[in-house]
Amino acid sequence: MSTQPIQASITRRPLRVSATNRMLRTGINRFVTGLAVLATLLVLAPLFAILLYLIYKGASSLNLAFFTHNPAPVGEPGGGMANSIVGSGIILALASFMGVPVGICAGLYLAEFGRGKLLGDAVRFTADVLNGVPSIVMGISVYSLIVMRERHFSAFAGGVALAIMMVPTITRTTEEMLLQVPMSVREAALGLGVSKWRTALSVSLRTASPGIITGCMLAFARVAGETAPLLFTAFGNQFWSFALTQPIAALPLQIFVYAISPYDEWHRLAWAGALVLIGLIMASVTLVRIFAGRGTVRGGRS
Amino acid sequence: MSSSRMIIPGESPSGSPTSPKSGTSSAAAAPAVALSMDTAPVSSERSSAPSVIRDFLRGRGSGNVADKSFAAIMLLCACSIFAIVLFILFILVARSKLTLAQFGLTFFSTSAWDPVSGNFGALPFIYGTLMTSLLALLMAVPLALGVAVFVTELCPRQLRAPISFLTELLAAIPSVVYGLWAVFVLVPIMRDQLGPALARYFGWTQLFGGANFGMGLLTASMILAIMILPIISSLTRDIMRAVPDSQREAVLALGATRWEMIRTGVLRNSRIGIVGAVMLGLGRALGETMAVTMVIGNHPSISRSLFAPANTLASVIAGEFSEATDDTYLSALIEIGLALFLVTIVVNAVARLMVWAVTRGAPARSI
Repeated sequence: MSTQPIQASITRRPLRVSATNRMLRTGINRFVTGLAVLATLLVLAPLFAILLYLIYKGASSLNLAFFTHNPAPVGEPGGGMANSIVGSGIILALASFMGVPVGICAGLYLAEFGRGKLLGDAVRFTADVLNGVPSIVMGISVYSLIVMRERHFSAFAGGVALAIMMVPTITRTTEEMLLQVPMSVREAALGLGVSKWRTALSVSLRTASPGIITGCMLAFARVAGETAPLLFTAFGNQFWSFALTQPIAALPLQIFVYAISPYDEWHRLAWAGALVLIGLIMASVTLVRIFAGRGTVRGGRS
Repeated sequence: MSSSRMIIPGESPSGSPTSPKSGTSSAAAAPAVALSMDTAPVSSERSSAPSVIRDFLRGRGSGNVADKSFAAIMLLCACSIFAIVLFILFILVARSKLTLAQFGLTFFSTSAWDPVSGNFGALPFIYGTLMTSLLALLMAVPLALGVAVFVTELCPRQLRAPISFLTELLAAIPSVVYGLWAVFVLVPIMRDQLGPALARYFGWTQLFGGANFGMGLLTASMILAIMILPIISSLTRDIMRAVPDSQREAVLALGATRWEMIRTGVLRNSRIGIVGAVMLGLGRALGETMAVTMVIGNHPSISRSLFAPANTLASVIAGEFSEATDDTYLSALIEIGLALFLVTIVVNAVARLMVWAVTRGAPARSI
């Protein structure tokens, strides 16, 4: 019992000295916590502002004619963006057709063959850097390469520009998904004497396919809203066009043209178009969530 | 494939004709296989017993050629990424040769932009790009850090996923929709409410002088800030998650408050990664085109006022490319594109290296 008073005297003095100090510290703690909450609210505010305003403006101007009619000339009421929706579909299909296989193959290389190699690291790094290159640069590069040579804008050029943007995203997500496939699954296949290419295709890729589909959909959603690369490649069109060598309409382009125009009727259509575009993107992102929920084969703890 | 054959330790030096020649990589793998196969009595009946698998394999040949060609195709696809970068660089240099030769480096230091008389200087656009990006960072970085701190350290577990999802939703909105919203919502607010208030209270800084039409540097910076927020905050979140929990527990055990724990245990450890994340946001801000083009006013001028209309490297390309009829004009715009490309490549490369330095060794977590 003789130690008791000593302990008390040791602990009590510093406590009394630091009372104000502790109040200050908890005060700062509360203040910073409040700031963080405030920041989160401030960030979520524009999101809700944009989405609600978009739904409010877009839903009131959305009708059946929007999906079935082509743009009307200035001064005429009505009109829609049927050709833009179809045009966007064509360009995106072209882009996916070119970009997805290349992206997946490059991701396959990184995960299955390029692990730990200098070349693999270099490809990974370049893909990440390419991901950050502004889309307008892709636009003028493809313009310089294809449009200047062919002497006219074309749907094909638009597809190429978007495909270039898809490749790095798909490469990186494919690689990440493949890396989640447990090594033991591959070893099992190799142990049965399956050749390496067959293992990569039928085992690794098959196992990781939900994740890879997710990656492709995300890349798709990202380029679906891109306007800048299409400005000088697909160019836009007021009429139906299905030829790949002709200028073609696209939803983001049409929204841009209508948004900066001075006519109320066109502004209305721009809002409707934006709502449809967001709807398409959100739909694909939600699909992604469902796919991602199924998940890849996890484990590795054999 | 070599791994399909089994090697028995007893007969390995002389009696296994299969292992060395079937593949270059098999030599290292052979001992491991041999060790684990200690008890397997398979090799004696290898040649005699009928086996479906062996017949199947024999029917397919060695697969070596197929393997090599498959690897080569994959390699080709991987190298296409290098090809894309080189192709962009090459084509931009080739098409901007005219102005590269005519103006040289003065292209970036003069402010004359007169397509009619053929005089081109990109200084106003560089100024516009830097100003909008820096202002956007100034607004976005504190908010993004706040969100990241809140989501990783403070918020209740059930709120974590929804808030992350919502901030990522901001990233999914296309830039033209941001532009549309900015034109019809942000510009009127700027013109009628926020602008006059700023001019009244901060007019003495002379940053808010001149006519205010709602379209200008400040509006563009605000929309840019909203657009780069999700990138910075989601990357920062990943980086802060890479800090091990033991670190947090250690600081808390020393009697720190939660904020002191975040400051000394988390933020200080991940500062390189956070700087990298901010630079990635900067890279995005430098090249953002559509939303900026729609609200910046598109006028090549350098003015002290933040209300003044301006132009950025990206927005001048978007705005004037279709008007560029003569070769010099086109070449000047493509040279601006080249500058934008090089700057963003450098910014992104440095930023990626910083982010990698922090997150590479960390265990991958998905919450």
